[in-house]
Amino acid sequence: MASGSYAQAVAPAHLAGPDRASRSGIWVGIFAITMSFAAFTSALYVKQGSGEAAHIVLPPVIYANTLALLLSSLTLEKARRGIARGLGSEVPKSAAGMGWMVFTLILGLAFVAGQYLVWRSLAAQGLYLATNSNSSFFYVFTAMHVLHLFGGIAALAYLIGRLAGSLRTFRQSLFDATAIYWHFMGVLWLYLLLVISTRL
Amino acid sequence: MEEAVVPAAHVHAPPEGFIRKNVFSLDHKVIGKQYYGLGLAAVFIGMGLSWLMRFHLVWPTTKVPGLELLSSTGAPGGVITPEYYLSLLTMHGTLMVFFVLTNAPFAGFGNYFLPIQIGAEDMAFPRFNMMSFWITFCAFLVLILAFFIPDGPPISGWTAYAPLSAVGKDAGPGLAWGQSLWAMSIAIFCVGQLFGSLNFIATTLDLRAKGMTFMRMPICTWAWFITSAIGLLAFAVLLPACLLLLLDRMAGTSFFIPAGLVISDRLQNHAGGSPLLWQHLFWFFGHPEVYIAILPAIGIVSHVLITNMRKPMLSAKVLIYSMMSIGFLSWMVWGHHMFVSGMNPTSSLLFSFPTLTITIPATIITLIWLGSLYGANIQINAASLFALGFVSMFVSGGVSGFFLAQPSIDIYLHATYFVVGHFHMVMGVAAIFGIFSGTYFWFPKMSGRMMNETLGKLHFWITFIGTYCIFMPFHYLGLVGNVRRYSSFVDDFMAPLMPVHKFISIAAFVTGAAQFIFLYNLIHSRFRGKQASENPWNATSLEWSIPSPPPWDNFGGKHPVIYHDPYQYGVKGSKGDFVMQDSPEQV
Amino acid sequence: MGKLFAIILTLIALASAYPILTHMYVQPVDISTHGHAIDEQLSDTMAEAGFAFLGAQLLLAFFVWKYSSRKSGVKVKHLPGGAKLMVATAFIFVGTEVLALGVLGQKAWAEVYFTAPKPDALQVQAQAGQFAFYFRYPGADGKFAPLHPDKIDEGNGNYFGLDPANDVEARDDIVTAELAIPVNREIHLLMHAKDVGHSFYVRELRIQQDFVPGLDLSVHFTATKTGKYEIVCTQLCGLGHYNMKAYLNVLSQEDFDKWLKEKASEQ
Repeated sequence: MASGSYAQAVAPAHLAGPDRASRSGIWVGIFAITMSFAAFTSALYVKQGSGEAAHIVLPPVIYANTLALLLSSLTLEKARRGIARGLGSEVPKSAAGMGWMVFTLILGLAFVAGQYLVWRSLAAQGLYLATNSNSSFFYVFTAMHVLHLFGGIAALAYLIGRLAGSLRTFRQSLFDATAIYWHFMGVLWLYLLLVISTRL
Repeated sequence: MEEAVVPAAHVHAPPEGFIRKNVFSLDHKVIGKQYYGLGLAAVFIGMGLSWLMRFHLVWPTTKVPGLELLSSTGAPGGVITPEYYLSLLTMHGTLMVFFVLTNAPFAGFGNYFLPIQIGAEDMAFPRFNMMSFWITFCAFLVLILAFFIPDGPPISGWTAYAPLSAVGKDAGPGLAWGQSLWAMSIAIFCVGQLFGSLNFIATTLDLRAKGMTFMRMPICTWAWFITSAIGLLAFAVLLPACLLLLLDRMAGTSFFIPAGLVISDRLQNHAGGSPLLWQHLFWFFGHPEVYIAILPAIGIVSHVLITNMRKPMLSAKVLIYSMMSIGFLSWMVWGHHMFVSGMNPTSSLLFSFPTLTITIPATIITLIWLGSLYGANIQINAASLFALGFVSMFVSGGVSGFFLAQPSIDIYLHATYFVVGHFHMVMGVAAIFGIFSGTYFWFPKMSGRMMNETLGKLHFWITFIGTYCIFMPFHYLGLVGNVRRYSSFVDDFMAPLMPVHKFISIAAFVTGAAQFIFLYNLIHSRFRGKQASENPWNATSLEWSIPSPPPWDNFGGKHPVIYHDPYQYGVKGSKGDFVMQDSPEQV
Repeated sequence: MGKLFAIILTLIALASAYPILTHMYVQPVDISTHGHAIDEQLSDTMAEAGFAFLGAQLLLAFFVWKYSSRKSGVKVKHLPGGAKLMVATAFIFVGTEVLALGVLGQKAWAEVYFTAPKPDALQVQAQAGQFAFYFRYPGADGKFAPLHPDKIDEGNGNYFGLDPANDVEARDDIVTAELAIPVNREIHLLMHAKDVGHSFYVRELRIQQDFVPGLDLSVHFTATKTGKYEIVCTQLCGLGHYNMKAYLNVLSQEDFDKWLKEKASEQ
């Protein structure tokens, strides 16, 4: 895209149309994703009436994953500050910003790896996707979340690639949108963890 | 609402090369035409399927020459089997609802005209926009593939109720790979629509030109905006539903399948699922979906009527708020598809009240149209004829809703031809009339040429009379208890009704044939039509202020400034009885 | 051409109303105790719908007749009362309609769904499966034996999956392909789905209810006229859906008792 010049990155707070659209766009996307998970949740509630299934004991690693994901939101905000400082300085570069971004990405990947361990732990207990109603929902909730997280991971990787170069061509609006999405992934995970631990 | 800011530099560079210009184009106008073209292909396939269905109902043992080539098991010797009839029925519904009615009036015209009508250069996210079309196209290919696999397309209807749709091939032909392809196609379609809706919403919120306040947007822009908001949430629910269905079918889960089912002498290895869950998820999407189908047509028809009445509506604001109310209420009524489904009977009553209440905004809209015609200077052309025909069809389809909204009457009319008549009137005719009206109206802008008016009027008359001949009798058949989704009518009480069915089938063939007049007109006019001026209808909205066809960036690098709403008709303007939105002249 | 539109639309509107006004298409005779409420509701709605339909279509035709093909230079004018009048009309017309139809219509629904079957209602179980209905009477012990899906053997007539060897109650259960009932006696129909969704519809009885696999549903009704009436499936259930039927045979109490005894001996 042609827009997104250095001048624009230090443009006044009043964003130009296409950049403001990025922000609207990400919130609209988040709204849609929320609706999808609401649909999954309502499926759980409608089905809870029929059939008994044993409560799933959550493997402890799931809490470590949660911590990693929440931490990654903090590191992402650290990255934002680093980048803002970089943009304001004479040489448009930010090693600090880049560093925190990489840290965020690593934490995100750690979460995904950790979720894999969670699934392995469940499988070891004989709980697979089709074993019973609770296990089905467990895998669906966690897999859907990870799938959406991959979108955020891809965006983070792309931004890191951009940051490797000069900040002249850095797109603040894409960063903002990614950050909003990433934080949402954390909030969504907290909600899913609540549902999983209380209803499954 | 505050004025929007003037957009920054070009959203994307001018396209170069055939592929970039015409295939993988970022230009919303090309994408709009692609959606329209897809809708056109889907509607002719869907119409062909309906011909086969109508033919089979009336001449069940007569062979359709060549059909055995499409399916040797479904139509051996060209004679349609009961299961193939159901496959045709399923694919007809799926193609029409998804690939025609969600495509052409919304994704087609909306993509083309929404950015122009708000004064923008393109949609907010042109790459997402391009992806949304090609994802939708993939969904179409996956669906059509079901025709060519040995077991054929699914037989569970476009509604794909579980467990029939969830248990796999034990329950019948087409329910193995056919049903899976269906579920995958619809899931892919949902993704495409979500990307599209996202674009519409962000673009409308943030890319309006200077002076283009929300209330100065044309009614059809509002309709597309409201539709995209509904679509965003509706398709976000259908996608999970299709995923859960696919998991039941392919991964052995039991979201929709209870224990103890014996199908084809085989005890099914599932437990704990709820068939009603599928219905709830599906109709939670499905009811808003029908408003997604009709709202853009309401918007287009209002837009066309205003131009051709040479006066504004009694109140555009009331129309817009009514469309919003319909959008809001559409989320509360899904249970009216499930009155006798085994759902709690109290829920049925609860659902009937918002269903009846939706009549209020729908009536307001109809009365605004009718009341606005009073004192108008009605211009009759193909576009306005279809718009007026729409009003008639909307009334016809709407009043049959009075019956079906009441659970007590639904006990008798549910699953009869009365329901089929109702939804065909509103969706199969009215919404299609909206598409036709929009086509005749906007063809000059999109192609730079006029369509042939004589052929357009001929197309209108045959279609208007023909569709009444086809679908009005459906209601009478329903009243005597003619059940739907039957591949043959073997009951004794049906024998005296067969002449009615014959009449309907013949009307269907004649009316369908007339659609080829439209197709011919489209193609012929594209190459040989009379040159169109910038504003052949003397209309006020922004699309009529740019060349026909528009340049790649719509406004040639200029940023339009808006001074008026698009209803300045019947006034003393410098160009006639109207003043355009971007004209600074005072009225 | 505007005038042509008006004429054709008027003809279409009148032609559409004609079959209704001349009662060309009437429902079959009502043989139920609750059906009159439904039929009354239906004709009230028909009157309102007819009024709305004809009113709107004829008004549309009239306005197009009057306001199209006008002299050039004519000034457009607005309807006195404007949008406010339209909104008020919509609320008043639809307001009364919603109240009348919705509230009054509850009565018919309640008669079917909010009244419990009388304790002495005759219990019969209906099973819907691809592509036939079967019925089960509880026999002398008045109890229905449990169902064992794994024991279903259609070839040997064990449609319900009964296990008379192990279940005492199964030994006197009576399975038939026809739903015979005594006239003027309340029937409590228990509904069981064997495989996929089906539906129970008898036009004359003004009853329609889906069979949902996994759910214990039931309806209750009383038939007031003897005769044979068709039970048809109205929930798409597969290729044989169009042909999935059974007969409701309403008999006098005497004939019913005879019939039941006969069937019992055939088990």
